[in-house]
Amino acid sequence: MKTLHKTLVAALLSGTASMSQAAEFDVAITNVTAGVFFTPLLVSAHSDAQSMFMAGAAASAELQAMAEGGDISGLATALSGAGAVNAENPAGGLLAPGTTTEVTLNTDNASNNMYLSIVAMMLPTNDGFVALNQWKIPSEPGVYQVALNAYDAGTEANDEVLGSGAPGEAGFPAPPPVAATTGTNGTGIDASVEGYVHIHRGVTGDADAEGGHSDIDLSHRWLNPVAKVVVTVK
Amino acid sequence: MTIQQTSLILCAAAVLSACGGKDSDPEMATFEVAVTNLTAAQPLSPMTLAVASPDWSLFELAEPASVALEQIAESGDNSALLAELEGNAQVMESISGTGIVMPGMTATFEISVPESDLDQASLSAVTMLVNTNDALTAVRGVALDAIELGGSVHQSMAAYDAGTESNNELAATIPGPAAGGEGFNAERDDSDRILVHPGVVGVLGGRADSVLDEEHRFDNPVAGIVITRIE
Repeated sequence: MKTLHKTLVAALLSGTASMSQAAEFDVAITNVTAGVFFTPLLVSAHSDAQSMFMAGAAASAELQAMAEGGDISGLATALSGAGAVNAENPAGGLLAPGTTTEVTLNTDNASNNMYLSIVAMMLPTNDGFVALNQWKIPSEPGVYQVALNAYDAGTEANDEVLGSGAPGEAGFPAPPPVAATTGTNGTGIDASVEGYVHIHRGVTGDADAEGGHSDIDLSHRWLNPVAKVVVTVK
Repeated sequence: MTIQQTSLILCAAAVLSACGGKDSDPEMATFEVAVTNLTAAQPLSPMTLAVASPDWSLFELAEPASVALEQIAESGDNSALLAELEGNAQVMESISGTGIVMPGMTATFEISVPESDLDQASLSAVTMLVNTNDALTAVRGVALDAIELGGSVHQSMAAYDAGTESNNELAATIPGPAAGGEGFNAERDDSDRILVHPGVVGVLGGRADSVLDEEHRFDNPVAGIVITRIE
């Protein structure tokens, strides 16, 4: 505490606010899948007391809404209410395969926001999402790269049938341009709700647009990692 | 043997008084090790943990599996590996899990290493994905001396194919609850090299006689390990 005060006084005297270790940093997010779309991203700098999920534990209602329908509002409100600095929907819509979005986060006024989390639903999936979970932002200026994996929220059965994006309703949503490659009349997969967040096993898909077991086209399959994140600490 | 000699030399040179009377009660570094099963439907067999010299290796990629490792990969039985670890001078400590780690669950262990041996202590862990023919997941040689008190290291655990049994996915050859088939078989009818696992095919993937469903598929990482220094 004493040391902190001294640092603060020194910073004030010298006219620079260097108390916050990573006051401003850039985050570039690239969708590295061949055929999966990311719904609006939530990028958040927050304290070590906050996290959007824990692997192995049940998803919160806010995480479920994001993973099943792409709705990040609940997560964003919960995080900002606890002091986090958020960037919502930096791509202005879907982030297509092979494309990048960039955002600058400034944590000047909240110096304990030293952790970075990023989430977005993956389309087309039932409840799949890409995530960076509680990553410690380095204090040393530099360029840092992280590979992100696909998670399954465990809240909806992976039936791979066209349906709803509302939490608790079966099937996956297919807004344009995902709709163009989405099949119909798939018989569906007899899958169950897992009940906990875990690494997504991937979608099976099929080549039959008017039937088969899945309404997901084979072009939407993936393997981890699904995103590349480059953080530039200034 | 080498480790003991090294620590004796260090004691003699630097802190003789602190070492002499404390042989029976050395300063210990204690770590909590938590392994989480990140799959949808692949229970993990009882974990095997080993703290060993960095010169020791659980296995090498693209090399044949030991028989002890084959037994874990095909049946989940770690008794042979534990016996080997206990008889190995390079291994400081070995621990066996007490039960299956179900999907989404976490198994937690505590390990203690004399501080004087920390620079020679690396952690390895291995377990079977039981709804497969011979899939393993493991971490190999995580250096413990790099972890500060209160700090932790996170590592992702990938799935490996032991290469000792064909991935035919038949009910008769998979020991997990998806099938209840045979476990260990000394015959080696696959590549006989440990490689990154190609994944489960299942009926939907085109293997019509597979006993495995869509839910038994997995992508990496199949497990996560967090090592925290608590003392």
